[in-house]
Amino acid sequence: MEVTESWYLVLGALLFIIGGTGLLIRRNPLVMLMCVELMLNGVNLTFVAFSRMFSDIRGQTVVFFVLVVAAAEVVVGLGLVVAILRRQPEATADDLNVLKG
Amino acid sequence: MVDTIVFIVAAVICLSGAFGVILARNPVHAALMLVMTLFGIAVQFVALEAHFLAAVQVIVYAGAIVVLFLFVIMLLGIDVSQSLEIGAMQSQKIAAFGFSGAGLAILGFLVNRVDNAATGRPPVGGAINDRTTNVSQLAGTLFDDYVYAFELTSVLLVIAVIGAVVLARKPTRAQVEAGGESEGSDA
Repeated sequence: MEVTESWYLVLGALLFIIGGTGLLIRRNPLVMLMCVELMLNGVNLTFVAFSRMFSDIRGQTVVFFVLVVAAAEVVVGLGLVVAILRRQPEATADDLNVLKG
Repeated sequence: MVDTIVFIVAAVICLSGAFGVILARNPVHAALMLVMTLFGIAVQFVALEAHFLAAVQVIVYAGAIVVLFLFVIMLLGIDVSQSLEIGAMQSQKIAAFGFSGAGLAILGFLVNRVDNAATGRPPVGGAINDRTTNVSQLAGTLFDDYVYAFELTSVLLVIAVIGAVVLARKPTRAQVEAGGESEGSDA
């Protein structure tokens, strides 16, 4: 069996699905952020697979920018989690409904 | 043959790590499982000849982002907290089943219907450009076509760092005293 690019696309889609499912079933904000990372990695794998498939390096350039934005997202997200859990140590994502105003 | 073995081993590592992230009760275990997935993806990047991204994946994701997660977990001391044992709500479970079922259905449809989706067609172009290395090609696009976007990412990172400092800062004694009894007003 020869490994084609579509194998990588299927793997990336599976990672995206697993990450999205985890985002829905977990209520710990930290684990939810990790699930977002899983989804981003699935998409990154898809970009690199398409980059190889179409022989276009720009797919990998996009992945570089996704990495930077993911790093910024994690920094701000973890800052929010620290601020929330410091006020309310047992908080889950459901407890954020106090933000409704 | 070697390609197939590498792909399958790395894919199994990726998927088992991903399931570990969403099923682990303890967030420390979830973070370590995330490292496993990220290493598997780095292997796939090497197999796809994206060598620079494989290195960056290990350094930035496994080295920096997961360490940041672990740092926050340890800092808050929530690695033994009971609140993590709370299960999902019924509606969340239904939504999760719907999402994963729809995703898998679309995936199965595409694999079946799209021509040569899972087997068949060999790689179109092989290496992207055999004359230069992956790193220099990536640098060529990054510092030439996308140089403004690249500079903007540095602005984004500075904003993120400042935001994180502001968010995570403990209120000073003066602010706490000014807040007084109305504890909920100042954050």
